Amino acid sequence: MSADMAIIVSDIVNRFGAQTVHDGLDMRVERGEIFGIVGGSGSGKSVLLNTILGLRRPQRGRVELSGVDVTTLTDAELRNLKMTYGVTFQAGALFSSLTVLQNVQLPMLEHLDLSARALEELALLKVLLVGLPTEAAYKFPSQLSGGMIKRAALARALALDPQLLFLDEPTSGLDPISAAAFDELLVGLQQELGLTVVMITHDLDTIFRTCNRVGVIVDRKMISGTLEQIIDNPHPWIREYFHGARASRFGASRGA
Amino acid sequence: MPFRTECHHETLRLSPFGDWTIQHVGEIERSLETLALDGVRHIQIDLSGIVSLDLSGAWLIHDLRVRSAATRSVDFLSPEPPMLRLVAQTLAKDEPTGRREQRTPRSAVEHLGRHALERLTGWADGLAFLGATMVRLLAALKDPRVWRPISIARHVYDTGLTAIPIVALIAFLIAVIIAYMGAQQLQQFGADIFVVDLVTVGVLRELGVLLTAIIVAGRSGSAFAAEIGAMKLNQEIDALKATGVEPLEVLVLPRWIGLVIALPLLTVIADAVGVLGGALLCHLLLDMPLVQYFQRVDESIAAWTFWVGIIKAPVFAVLIAAAGTYRGMQVRGSSRELGRLTTVAVVQAIFMVILADALFAVLFMEIGI
Repeated sequence: MSADMAIIVSDIVNRFGAQTVHDGLDMRVERGEIFGIVGGSGSGKSVLLNTILGLRRPQRGRVELSGVDVTTLTDAELRNLKMTYGVTFQAGALFSSLTVLQNVQLPMLEHLDLSARALEELALLKVLLVGLPTEAAYKFPSQLSGGMIKRAALARALALDPQLLFLDEPTSGLDPISAAAFDELLVGLQQELGLTVVMITHDLDTIFRTCNRVGVIVDRKMISGTLEQIIDNPHPWIREYFHGARASRFGASRGA
Repeated sequence: MPFRTECHHETLRLSPFGDWTIQHVGEIERSLETLALDGVRHIQIDLSGIVSLDLSGAWLIHDLRVRSAATRSVDFLSPEPPMLRLVAQTLAKDEPTGRREQRTPRSAVEHLGRHALERLTGWADGLAFLGATMVRLLAALKDPRVWRPISIARHVYDTGLTAIPIVALIAFLIAVIIAYMGAQQLQQFGADIFVVDLVTVGVLRELGVLLTAIIVAGRSGSAFAAEIGAMKLNQEIDALKATGVEPLEVLVLPRWIGLVIALPLLTVIADAVGVLGGALLCHLLLDMPLVQYFQRVDESIAAWTFWVGIIKAPVFAVLIAAAGTYRGMQVRGSSRELGRLTTVAVVQAIFMVILADALFAVLFMEIGI
């Protein structure tokens, strides 16, 4: 069974001083699914992401990525692990002094030995793959719109053809049309490339459009399941989240 | 070799095997370069041996197909994998015109013209900044409510108080160096006592204020540019403007005023420590009694010696603060600009301080003080 699991997080404890963020948190992500992480502000979504990425060692617990425990890796092993996943950050975090193309090329230059032509063409392929026009590849991040920055960040995350993709609020700050277009792109890429996607999001539309399963961080633990199971969960915070005014409006329009 | 080849007449059968993934793209690409394609009219690709194929591996096959298309036919024995179709579909969206054209080098005349224009508008912008700040300053003089004492106090602390140790240390060392060099030369003539004049006049008139200004330009000129520049990148300046708060008033003026207060005070400290440093060296090296040293200091100082140095400090302060804040406000776009403009701020501040010092020297000579 665990062979089908892309990520197994078991019994994680994360503490900052006296404050406990995660207390025995479990999370499982199957290969080839889009898994959404939901939680209130300050519930430790980003801390969980950093723990899974191996950027932060938890006080207790195991994190397995494709069967490898990331909490016990040496620096060199961690460097190799980082080639197998792609990450996008909330604000894009593109390198502002590099063009979009150079941003995509940077991981390739660091980790691979490619000819100049392959470097150019493969990076451009990634830029086109996320739906950006050719000329956007030669622009600097400051010349791009918010939606284009999110796409460029996705292109950089895909630079090394990872099987695993982590997205931190990929549609935050986008208008509903751009967000919908991004979701469509993500689902298309996930199917065509066979990706496993873990994303932190607050956007109910995005959750309903993209996620196969959802994990909600409440009371320092995670409750996860299919969308239907989570919607029916009696936990007050989850009820408020999925049945609040915004959500019921969405549910009504979905029912119609 | 990550592939096998068989050649029948004019047909080459290419059978890739193993992992055609991004980790191996470099070596596969180099192997494909060595492929002997002379006289080959058809390429048959058999993908059945491939264990894993990702986007980059598919690109290699796509690229081979595209490059061969003009001279020979390429077909697949097995059904074309979806990954390859994805590459073809994606690259079909490429608009070669959108690729950055090879930049034609500018002619020397065009280069000169552009540079001159940039310089000209640069001066105009600088002047406009200076003017706008002066207008704000005048408004602030009329209306004391817009003075921001807490902000000014913070800048006096940051640029003045925290600079005392390094300014004092450097003033001390410079005084020691002058006294030591002077003593070596003047002892030959038995004119030891004039070492005191050298140190006192040198430090009070020139070196105390000049070195302090240079240190402050390095410390605070850069801090001004970096702090305001980072705020600019973070849209904090826009936020201030949108709140109806004038950035010149809350960010620029307090820095100017703070530095105008701090730099003269630092100069007084530098002067004092310099004279004390001279005293120490004269006492140790020339066996000069301290009483004699300070008597001589008193004799060597004219009415204006101290003030000639101090008068320059506020002027230097304005130059440093102006360079730092102006360059900070110019930052836009990228973190690289922030670094570049911080460098420019410090270099310009130091240059202007030294230039102003030279002008002061001429001025003081003309009016005979």
